[in-house]
Amino acid sequence: MSNVVALDHLFDARRLWRGQPQARAPSRQPTGFALLDAALPGGGWPEGALSEVLLPLDGIGELTLLWPTLARLTRAGGLVALVAPPYLPFPAAWAHAGVQLDRLQVVRAEPRDVPWATEQCLRSAACAAVLCWPQQPDDRTLRRLQLAAETGQCLGLAMRPASAAAHASPAALRLALETNPARLRVLKCRGGNPPARPLPWPLPAGMSTTSSPGSLFAAVPDRA
Amino acid sequence: MLWACILLPQLALDGVLRRHATPDEPLVLVDGPVQRRVLRAVNTAAKTAGLRAGMPLATAQAICARFAAVEHDPAETTRWHDFLAAWAYRYGAQVSRQMPAALLIEVEASFRLFGPWPRMEAMLREDLAALGFRHRIALAPNPWAARALAGVHDGLAITHEAPLKQALGQLPVERAGLPSEAAGSLRRMGLRRLAQVYALPRAALGRRVGTDTLDQLDRLDGTLATPLTLYQPPDHFESRIEFNYEVGATGQLLFPLRRMTGDLAAYLAGRDGGVQRFVLRLEHDRGAATDIPIGLLAPERDAAMLFELARGRLDLVQLAAPVRALQLIARELPPFVPAGRDLFDVRPQQAVPWEQLRERLRARLGDDAVHGLAVHADHRPERAWRDHGDSVAAPPLSRPGWLLAQPVPLRDREMRILAGPERIESGWWDGDVRRDYYVVETAAGQRAWAFCPAGERGGFMLHGWFA
Repeated sequence: MSNVVALDHLFDARRLWRGQPQARAPSRQPTGFALLDAALPGGGWPEGALSEVLLPLDGIGELTLLWPTLARLTRAGGLVALVAPPYLPFPAAWAHAGVQLDRLQVVRAEPRDVPWATEQCLRSAACAAVLCWPQQPDDRTLRRLQLAAETGQCLGLAMRPASAAAHASPAALRLALETNPARLRVLKCRGGNPPARPLPWPLPAGMSTTSSPGSLFAAVPDRA
Repeated sequence: MLWACILLPQLALDGVLRRHATPDEPLVLVDGPVQRRVLRAVNTAAKTAGLRAGMPLATAQAICARFAAVEHDPAETTRWHDFLAAWAYRYGAQVSRQMPAALLIEVEASFRLFGPWPRMEAMLREDLAALGFRHRIALAPNPWAARALAGVHDGLAITHEAPLKQALGQLPVERAGLPSEAAGSLRRMGLRRLAQVYALPRAALGRRVGTDTLDQLDRLDGTLATPLTLYQPPDHFESRIEFNYEVGATGQLLFPLRRMTGDLAAYLAGRDGGVQRFVLRLEHDRGAATDIPIGLLAPERDAAMLFELARGRLDLVQLAAPVRALQLIARELPPFVPAGRDLFDVRPQQAVPWEQLRERLRARLGDDAVHGLAVHADHRPERAWRDHGDSVAAPPLSRPGWLLAQPVPLRDREMRILAGPERIESGWWDGDVRRDYYVVETAAGQRAWAFCPAGERGGFMLHGWFA
């Protein structure tokens, strides 16, 4: 045991490989919740892809989940479009959550125009994030939205009813909020297995703490 | 000064062809009295079929079975001349359309902006080809010489006096723009080239051909300066296409519409302006014309974008009667400020700026479909927001993220009151509100913002969700 070799050298000489060959760079789209970031393979929202949030009811915390992301994006000057929200976003509360109201745009659309408007917003690359509430989208519509998000390198967020969980979806990430008991379940995440156990809801706020598993991984130097 | 002359040998025909759906089929322009119709101009396909300008219509019909005959309209030709003058205005401040079927542009002053003449000439040719006008271009130190040289040469560029003298000397007498009798008599005297005319003693020549001819000779070599009437661009744009058949579907209007919006964009680029509001007018045989106003939030001048917007509005129109003519009218032409783009901005393909996206959304979804959000200083939740303008600071109160447009009764027997009441009592001047607001949790686990009339505790009305 006299010859102590640092792990780094072994990596450099390619004599030692990582089990997971591609160490991912931390996502540039953290959710703002350390616990959720740690549970997701990319460490945050999948970039340039569609994510779904499945909701059994309105008013159970969907905005609490999204506000930190929207606040971060709008503060950085990005534009956030809400396509056909079911209710009026109450400006005082959104401002209180840190969202820059002048970077927020609401698009009113008839149900049949919602997929079109969402696709235009996603594809245009003019928006940092697009939130949509599509009514009964079929598989083709969702695939189009996913492609549009890829083309426009835009964060697409679709709010859908919980019943949609039974059907497959091309979205890169599917989260389901549940009530009674309140918890957050990751149904699907591209690039990794979804965590087996649901996360508690409401999630403790805060970007990252030393004890979170995400930071443990981040402490290991990454090697591409 | 250097003058470029753009000669448009087939202005009338090109003006018709560029609006025609099938320009490759034989087409002729006819004019003259009804008894004796004469072909005025023929396109390439008609020429291949053996038709020639100047032929009587009856002869033409005997030669070729199928060709389209369009009435020659001098007013229409004048309009195209005006349109091209407006286009040329972007290349020089001094543009003249005084000479028939020709445009004169003073270009030397623009060299610093557009680059040397060969590059500028290429730009002019590219634009004209895109607009669909055949042309010949010549450059000379004075407009009269440029016009005369364009009649004989294409692409000739003369920048100095000595070569000009030589080039003019080679010019045939009848192509020099002299009065026709004078040109004829000079020719009968055995003078073929201008060099021979310039060599004659001036006083004797003047007695034979008159002062008009002398003046023209002096204008050509630049010794007599005659000012040209310069073109003043109008401050509105109008374009009209009349169909010789009835158009029953809006889809058939797209081709002429694309030309019109393209012309509008060319005109706007010429005056460095944008358009914020324009009207598409569909004229019918009977009844009032259908006006389709197209409004934009900010001035724009991109041809593709204008077409797309106009098309979006046109698609929504139900035609009550067949369309006989299409007109595009733009009266308000505010200055155009291009959007600033970052040099190092790496953006995906198909990217459009937000302004353009917003117009596209508004074109399809309606004028008020896209709006912002702002906090307004009012205690009543219904009035505490605006869809435009700047925000005031939000009060540090607990407010729901979602607000219902209309409060609805909240029927839930097992709900728990988490906070409240918060009395909101305001607006005696317009729409009095006296309510006690509570934060409640429903049996299903939703957090609601509900109110009941002040002082009571029942009959809850749901007004928002703490999502």
